Amino acid sequence: MAPILRISNLKKTYKGGFEALKGVDLDIREGEILALLGPNGAGKTTLISTICGITVPTSGSVTVNGFDTLTQYRQARAMIGLVPQEINLEPFEKVINTVALTRGLFGKRRDDALLERILRRLSLWDKKDSRIRELSGGMKRRVLIAKALSHEPRVLFLDEPTAGVDVDLRKDMWNIVSELKAEGVTVILTTHYIEEAEAISDRVGVISEGRLLLVEEKNALMARMGRKQLTIELREKIAAVPPGLTDLDLELAGDGMSLVYTYDTQKERTGITALLAALSREGITLRDLSTRQSSLEEIFVGLVKEGAA
Amino acid sequence: MTLRAIWAIYRYEMTRFFRTLLQSFVSPVISTSLYFVVFGTAIGSRIQQVEGVSYGAFIVPGLIMLSVIMQSISNASFGIYFPKFIGTVYELLSAPVSFLEIVAGYVGAAATKALFIGVVILGTASLFVDLTIAHPFAMVAFLVLTCISFSLLGFIIGLWAGNFEQLQLVPLLIVTPLVFLGGSFYSISMLPEIWQKITLFNPVVYLISGFRWAFFDMADVPVGISLVAIAGFTALCLAIVWWIFRTGWRLRD
Ligand SMILES: Nc1ncnc2c1ncn2[C@@H]1O[C@H](COP(=O)(O)OP(=O)(O)OP(=O)(O)O)[C@@H](O)[C@H]1O
Ligand SMILES: [Mg+2]
Repeated sequence: MAPILRISNLKKTYKGGFEALKGVDLDIREGEILALLGPNGAGKTTLISTICGITVPTSGSVTVNGFDTLTQYRQARAMIGLVPQEINLEPFEKVINTVALTRGLFGKRRDDALLERILRRLSLWDKKDSRIRELSGGMKRRVLIAKALSHEPRVLFLDEPTAGVDVDLRKDMWNIVSELKAEGVTVILTTHYIEEAEAISDRVGVISEGRLLLVEEKNALMARMGRKQLTIELREKIAAVPPGLTDLDLELAGDGMSLVYTYDTQKERTGITALLAALSREGITLRDLSTRQSSLEEIFVGLVKEGAA
Repeated sequence: MTLRAIWAIYRYEMTRFFRTLLQSFVSPVISTSLYFVVFGTAIGSRIQQVEGVSYGAFIVPGLIMLSVIMQSISNASFGIYFPKFIGTVYELLSAPVSFLEIVAGYVGAAATKALFIGVVILGTASLFVDLTIAHPFAMVAFLVLTCISFSLLGFIIGLWAGNFEQLQLVPLLIVTPLVFLGGSFYSISMLPEIWQKITLFNPVVYLISGFRWAFFDMADVPVGISLVAIAGFTALCLAIVWWIFRTGWRLRD
């Protein structure tokens, strides 16, 4: 099947000369959920803006269902819904009016029943006549989503939909995304939360400094990323990892006062029980234990290094 | 062109206007009344007639033009500057519409509002003075063309402006002087010879003159030239807008 979205060698240099996208290639399959991860300033928003027509690409091309976003922008954009990262809404406008405006802008005929369904689903129906400024931050974000859904897009971009959103709403958002997926909508979202990518996406892309470092099936990536470290503080200093433990992934640290064990949380067996048993066999006494999961930043650093190697 | 998109923008802009309808209605009524009190009474007591028309009636076309031009510019410039300022412009840029639809929606709404104000002023004025309109068709045509062309100008200013100061700059420094010196409150023939010549470089003179002709069948410059001037100005604004449309100037990075 041809991809619903095809990005080829997309580059973007801003007016000041800053190269925000350095040649991005990406195919997105119809109906999948792709999570784009990347640190601040990586170029996630720029990528989305360039696809949606908010900025003009310096070179390269994007097609949506075969329609070029520059030369056939009407057909291409008609299929795309966008929920921007910033909450850009007119404070004095009524919720229902701003949602209806988006539908109109996309050339769709008025459909009150559809708008009601969308607003109900986003728990905004009782706020439909409220002014935007009377809404909470989370509600405003949902208004942005309602606007994007109002014209029944086939591809939906969500630029950090859960930034500054409470746990309940985040779960809500995840549900909405999976409902959309069930309807066949393709969703591309950006996030800083790896749990979010883990919870809802099919594939994960990692972007850094304007380059797409990898795109991988979520499950495969999670396995690679799910590494954790167990730090074992010792009561007495040891000079080296005891011979009986050398076949485990153990490192001596803290001037011989601690051992660091790296393991994979996704594996059936983490090996912790065996490790602890082996330690007591060796007669090593423990002072404290702590575990630490590698943060997203460390994973990025790891990926960048891997990419360079 | 999708008419629905134009209509969506137009309607959205007009609801903003209707929300403040009372304001939109009251302020021109008050300012027109003030003009009549100040100019009509103070000056009118010295100049009874201008070329056979009572001074009070004589200033009506200029007064309408003055407000309509200022209103068109401020409505349209604010209309497009505001979305840029608060960020909602993303929505216009990512919609499957061309620049022409955006222009048609915003300029159409701005022109409608200005037209409304023009009609309110005309109505208010007719309470103060006896008015006859010699060429009603031409009157409407001049009024509508002025609303459209100056709304186009306002749209261009709104696109160009990077901050609120710049938004005020062009109307304040260029348009207001031109309009006030455009013969709203006097006939060109009342000026010294040299100023009669200089004043012909002011495009607003042609507008007001043509508009006054539509009321009283008298003009400072031949009405044909007035028509050419307003048509030329509209064409110029359209050309600039078309160029902006081609280049995406000031809208897309
Ligand atoms: N309009 C602009 N002009 C110049 N540079 C820009 C512009 N917009 C973004 N940039 C730069 O491009 C780079 C990428 O920005 P972008 O907003 O795409 O990052 P991001 O991945 O979305 O980051 P975040 O996670 O913070 O949202 C940044 O270095 C930013 O400073
Ligand atoms: Mg961003």
